[in-house]
Amino acid sequence: MTDEPTELKTTVLNELHHARGAKMVGFAGYEMPVQYKLGVLKEHLHTRGRAGLFDVSHMGQVILRGPKVAEALERLVPVDVAGLAEGRQRYGFFTNDAGGIEDDLMIANRGDHLFVVVNAACKEADVARMRAALEPDGITVKLLENRALVALQGPEAEDVLAEHCPAVRDMRFMDVETLPIAGAECWVSRSGYTGEDGFEISVPNVAAVDLVKSLLADARVEPIGLGARDSLRLEAGLCLYGQDLDPETSPVEAGLTWAIQKVRRAGGARAGGYPGAERVQREMAEGAARKRVGLRPEGRAPMRAGVVLYDAEEGGAEVGAVTSGGFGPSVEGPVAMGYVSAASASEGTPLWGELRGKRVPVRVAALPFVPAGFKR
Amino acid sequence: MKFTEEHEWLLVEGDLVVVGITNHAAEQLGDIVFVELPEEGREVTKDEEVVVIESVKAASDILAPLDGEIVEVNEPIVEEPGKINEDPEGEAWFFKMKVEDLSALDDLMDEKAYKDFIS
Repeated sequence: MTDEPTELKTTVLNELHHARGAKMVGFAGYEMPVQYKLGVLKEHLHTRGRAGLFDVSHMGQVILRGPKVAEALERLVPVDVAGLAEGRQRYGFFTNDAGGIEDDLMIANRGDHLFVVVNAACKEADVARMRAALEPDGITVKLLENRALVALQGPEAEDVLAEHCPAVRDMRFMDVETLPIAGAECWVSRSGYTGEDGFEISVPNVAAVDLVKSLLADARVEPIGLGARDSLRLEAGLCLYGQDLDPETSPVEAGLTWAIQKVRRAGGARAGGYPGAERVQREMAEGAARKRVGLRPEGRAPMRAGVVLYDAEEGGAEVGAVTSGGFGPSVEGPVAMGYVSAASASEGTPLWGELRGKRVPVRVAALPFVPAGFKR
Repeated sequence: MKFTEEHEWLLVEGDLVVVGITNHAAEQLGDIVFVELPEEGREVTKDEEVVVIESVKAASDILAPLDGEIVEVNEPIVEEPGKINEDPEGEAWFFKMKVEDLSALDDLMDEKAYKDFIS
């Protein structure tokens, strides 16, 4: 996912990252902080213990507006959008005709429009996909260039943000609201991608630096880079698009059927009607040939993406591969996730991952690796 | 202390050479979470992979800086790889090796040359 540092775009917080001593890398076409002075390990633990601030402005913020916009978006995602209440958000994914995942996204009902947030690397394709499908129905698809996006995550996130805006205390997990913070109209959701309680805040570019500075002025808050973002989401069992999800992988294989509400499943009032529904429904009925699982390597050696998994220490069959893996600072040991054949997918199954020519034992484990801290 | 272009330091201690990685290397690698040290008694040749270290970011191989025999490894860093970030040029040495020809160290960089090399 790391690009060559040529003609990288920057977010409005770029100067602030440099001023805070960030190590910058190319990510999805943007120059982004991979870590600050604290380092990945301490940034990770700080987020789990207190509050971490992430710049996620590289992600695509898109407004969908027009007649029956929720029903229209359901043609692209296997998610109950029409039933999403105003002021609520839910997770979803774009599927393709083969039932694979083109991107994952958050969808919020903001009253007279939908607000969706998509991955940076996919945003042009996502916007094109939505335009092609929705514009003929008179729906406008607007990729916002005038707003930044930051996430404040961790058990102290509520206390920190409430000092700027007490109303955030009343928000539940996946609520969305328009709230004034640091003098700007912010679109706030109680969500994130770390497994912790927290908020994602869409803020006008012109107000973003002031907002971030005022949050970072709080001793409970540290800026957190992409390195810790990756280990936090991995411990939380959350997928990274491009690694754990791709155009060949179905939502059933990925273990994401919880995001396909009953009304969109076979027998539901609005069953199917999205690309690849046939495969998704078949796999939901019959099971998928491979499944995404959590993996706990024995010992200390991390098993990173690409490590091949076998069902025996010697010989045996190749049963899958790691798609995300590394060291889990809160788990205090290596953690990974990957895809294995259905026969090897039950919790506790002993497998072996090939590291530097040696097969190292690893066990199929429940996800997440750390309990979620969401405020439901 | 002598230095290699692979960011290792070497220190002669009697008839042995102590080997570790430099402060600069440790900083570049980031938080180190795993170390695999060679077996004591292993004969190694220059540029052979002898140590594997993994940081939160990636795995790296440490190469034998000279021909010789590994006579002692620093076991405590296996249990606590974070020591390598804390004191890479002191407490967190990797291994001690017996080298036939200590004059081979003369070809390596001294501290000033290494500082120039990394700047």
